[in-house]
Amino acid sequence: MNRRDSLKALGLGTLSTTLLLDACKPKPEKKVVAETPAEAQPQTPPQATDTNPGRQAWEIERDKQLQAQRFFTSAEMAAITILSDIIIPKDDKSCSASEAKVPDFIEFIAKDMPEHQVPLRGGLRWLDVQCLNHYNAIFAECKPAQRIELIDQIAYPKKAKPAMRQGVAFFNRMRDLVATGFFTSQIGMTDVGYAGNAPNPQWAGVPADVLKQYGFTSKV
Amino acid sequence: MSEFQIKKSTVVYDAVIVGSGAGGGMAGYVLAHAGLKVLMLEAGPFYDPAKNSDQLRFSWESPRRGAGTTRPFGDFDAAFGGWELEGEPYTTKNGTDFQWFRSRMLGGRTNHWGRISLRMGPKDFKPTDGLTEEWPFTYNEIKPYYDKVDRLIGVFGTVENIESEPDGIFLPPPAPRLNELFIKKAAIKAGVTTIPSRGSVLTAALLGNKDRNACFYCGQCGRSCKIYADFSSSSCLVIPALKTGNLQVISNAMVREVLTDKNGQASGVSYVSKDDNLEYQVKAKIVILGASACESARLLLNSKSTAHPNGLANESNVVGKYLHDSTGSSASGFLPQLLDRKRYNEDGVGSIHIYSPWWLDNKKLGFPRGYHIEYGGGMRMPSYGFGAGMHNRNGLVPGPDGKMKEAGGYGVALKNDYRRFFGTEVYMAGRGTAIAREDNYCEIDPDVVDKFGIPVLRFHYKWAPDEYKQAKHMQETFKEIMHNMGALGAEFKGADTGYGLEAPGKIIHEVGTIRMGNDPKKSALNKWCQSHDCKNLFVVDAAPFVQQGDKNATWTILALSMRTAEYIISQRKKLNV
Repeated sequence: MNRRDSLKALGLGTLSTTLLLDACKPKPEKKVVAETPAEAQPQTPPQATDTNPGRQAWEIERDKQLQAQRFFTSAEMAAITILSDIIIPKDDKSCSASEAKVPDFIEFIAKDMPEHQVPLRGGLRWLDVQCLNHYNAIFAECKPAQRIELIDQIAYPKKAKPAMRQGVAFFNRMRDLVATGFFTSQIGMTDVGYAGNAPNPQWAGVPADVLKQYGFTSKV
Repeated sequence: MSEFQIKKSTVVYDAVIVGSGAGGGMAGYVLAHAGLKVLMLEAGPFYDPAKNSDQLRFSWESPRRGAGTTRPFGDFDAAFGGWELEGEPYTTKNGTDFQWFRSRMLGGRTNHWGRISLRMGPKDFKPTDGLTEEWPFTYNEIKPYYDKVDRLIGVFGTVENIESEPDGIFLPPPAPRLNELFIKKAAIKAGVTTIPSRGSVLTAALLGNKDRNACFYCGQCGRSCKIYADFSSSSCLVIPALKTGNLQVISNAMVREVLTDKNGQASGVSYVSKDDNLEYQVKAKIVILGASACESARLLLNSKSTAHPNGLANESNVVGKYLHDSTGSSASGFLPQLLDRKRYNEDGVGSIHIYSPWWLDNKKLGFPRGYHIEYGGGMRMPSYGFGAGMHNRNGLVPGPDGKMKEAGGYGVALKNDYRRFFGTEVYMAGRGTAIAREDNYCEIDPDVVDKFGIPVLRFHYKWAPDEYKQAKHMQETFKEIMHNMGALGAEFKGADTGYGLEAPGKIIHEVGTIRMGNDPKKSALNKWCQSHDCKNLFVVDAAPFVQQGDKNATWTILALSMRTAEYIISQRKKLNV
């Protein structure tokens, strides 16, 4: 088999290969989802598929069970959604974390990796109590400026006050989960410009202009 | 009468092979092509990468975004198994630690392995420091089999004329990624030899093979390859062997023990089927174990009989002993000069592109033998963990405005940091020789069985000062290389963490548990991987290794198994089988 045949064997005929390759070329800014938020919707919700021959039966069953359960309360989800969009807001390149369904990812991952459950639930509660003490309202019901005033005290690990360290640990975890949830989504991967996961049979190493940019004279 | 009974097959196979990984797969391939009627038993399901691989799926197709919750190397990784298997425990002794990785599937761990395909060198077989036993043959005796494996399976690399790192018959190596150019420059400045890697990925068509295709560089060998461009025992050995009509595979067959006749000869094996939960016995003229180093030792130790009261092939009492995994320690950081780098498809091959073979003379180092370094980095597919720990990095470099930033943060500026840092990571991992020691072993736990009622293994494994010193040297080397290229954000492990030395078993290169040798008192197998005590029993996985070099075990398993299978063919009349 030559490469073209092998791509066909993969279910990637000439046409679809071209599309895949084209889809990974750097896109003009105007095609970015931020300007067309409706495009944020078609992302397939994560679900176990019985048709996936790469999964073991027990893994499919486990995913189904997790997806049937609910861990966070609706109040907790509201706070997670606000925090997600504080961490990754909409900007001129792409949409916000919540539009990329990051809160749904966090809900799933807390069930998938129970070690997240206490730190997240406890951290949200810690945040609410801080807000109640300072602003007489839970985090989700605070004014945006009040929320930011509180977040500013836990978002910068090096300058945070010792008394806020539990909040720093919680916010570090949230930052990590939101970043992962966003940049592993279709929207986020397009944003960050990941250009792979597609047949690239002519791989020849670093492009000439990049070699030149970094002062390398040869590829080896 | 109870319904519980043992189903006995009346067919007598020429050979039964336990396991379908590199060793079992190669033995099956050679024997089936030679016309022997072969039965292969695999403890997991049938697996064909063409159908079962998760190649080219995006992270968002996984609800956990590719995380390793149910599979240690991630949701798309081609290993059905891990260090823990439901219902198949193992234990440890005297507070020691060993982590036992098992892949229950056709092809075993070769479906997901790193494809790093190194030959052991002359001194690996015949060490000159007197510290470990010699192998019962020289490099020159095994070389023709390495050559044949290269031709049959395909390996990329470059001819370097380094005595301890013998050259093979190579396909062209993949061009390095940008990060690897920086690494190579920095390593060479540190005096560390750095050359193109050697991997079993078809960077060009393989002469005479119409079933496999050349690599299209998706960087996902760990998921196994749908077009068979990399080596998996399933795709490259077992499935082709099935086409001869001489090989039969029974999957989901968990072998319990090797059966012997009244003369002490192997007569077949018994197994429990995971499909119907029934007990079976099959007969064969030759029994070949390729179940993995520890699983094969377990089988022998569980195969006690009047003729073999200490377990089969164990008159020497060495079965289970001299267990050794590679040492491993690693470091990662990022290259600030690569912030805001240009985007393009940089996936490359799923194996590594460059590596450093051991480059020093041990005499002045205070520890024996050595290690090699594997490198990586680049614009890989974002998956679970992407961006984690940004608060440890974004305070180390100036922002786009040229001013230093407060570490951490949120909002538009933070969002932009993830873009800026994409593809700047560099990673290095040392893989070294651990000395085979009698006191590092597995044995049968007298008190514990698995869910099939099979007595389980109990491990006793401790790293010695030699291995810690080696890991310390690795960390010092990593530090120098990182420094030379201006990498930031790297943490180097010190004495408090044992210099980052991974627990034994974590590198998944465990070997040595049924070692070979010329002296039947000190070894279980002869130089053909044939039992000294039971002439129709052979072992073809990594268990026969006398002493591993720093080289990954698979290429040597393949060469040894091919050699053993050819020996079986040549000796069939003599063996009367």
